[in-house]
Amino acid sequence: MDSVRSDHAPVPQALKILVAGGFGAGKTTLVGAVSEISPLRTEEVLTTAGVGTDDTTGVSTKTTTTVAMDFGRITINPHLVLYLFGTPGQNRFWFLWDELATGALGAVVLADTRRLADSFAAIDYFEQRGTPFVIAVNCFDSEQRYTVEQVREALDVDGHVPVLLCDARDRISVKNVLITLVEHVLTMVKAAVPA
Amino acid sequence: MSTDPTDPVVDEGPAWWDHEAGPVVRPYMVTGGRVRPKTTDFDLITYVVATASLAADTPSPEHQSILAFTQEPRALAELASRVDLPLGVVRVLLCDLLQDGLIARYDPPSTDHLPNVDTLQAVIHGLRAL
Repeated sequence: MDSVRSDHAPVPQALKILVAGGFGAGKTTLVGAVSEISPLRTEEVLTTAGVGTDDTTGVSTKTTTTVAMDFGRITINPHLVLYLFGTPGQNRFWFLWDELATGALGAVVLADTRRLADSFAAIDYFEQRGTPFVIAVNCFDSEQRYTVEQVREALDVDGHVPVLLCDARDRISVKNVLITLVEHVLTMVKAAVPA
Repeated sequence: MSTDPTDPVVDEGPAWWDHEAGPVVRPYMVTGGRVRPKTTDFDLITYVVATASLAADTPSPEHQSILAFTQEPRALAELASRVDLPLGVVRVLLCDLLQDGLIARYDPPSTDHLPNVDTLQAVIHGLRAL
């Protein structure tokens, strides 16, 4: 090979934060509010042998499902880049969550007070995995139907898990959610490794 | 021959697509039907960078697209999104390029531990400065 190069730009350290929540909770909106790039979409194609499909052509024997994950990027400094991944909303894609959660710094569970139950699956998942997370209650209509305490009680999360209100469309608000998450992780790391 | 006649990349080796590909190229067509990468999986935030210039021979136009986009370091998720191929497909193609020595990979730090205090504080400062 006559074309080897070794002069590429330095490779930054990348960190992952997951944004979970039910369908329509505002995950992509939240990612877009802080990302330096328009949220990008990456897809995974799942192929399974088709059983009982109503394909009458006799040509296709497989069904494919595409799972999309939207993500954004925040360059912290030249050596450190943060990626925000919106998790697929449907529960049947748990295995993709495993891939996403592996090595993740932490997660934001975006809760919609009209459908709080949609957050249970994500909360259980991160609790079981030991992934640090915060709960951000998305206030769509600037109307706070519930207090943080009420939401915490309804979701039955541990006292140490931060719960805060946010507006997923608002950059400052989302920034605050992310800072709360990373501070939460920092507290956990400091607690685990006494100075 | 069913490859795009306008593509400048000339194939030299044995071409798996040198038969009826049909009008629609299914996602895993570009991998020759291979669905599992040969080497350890690439994380979504594994960085990939080309170690070869664009002049290098690649097995397919898709490999060439990856090589072109990774002239600067790119995270896998971003790469897959930009070359508009599913993640699984890109992983297989990356393994080819890795085997041919055309790219290098930079994996995120061990997944067993959270980042250290310094890194976390840098992230917090960075976020505050946004």
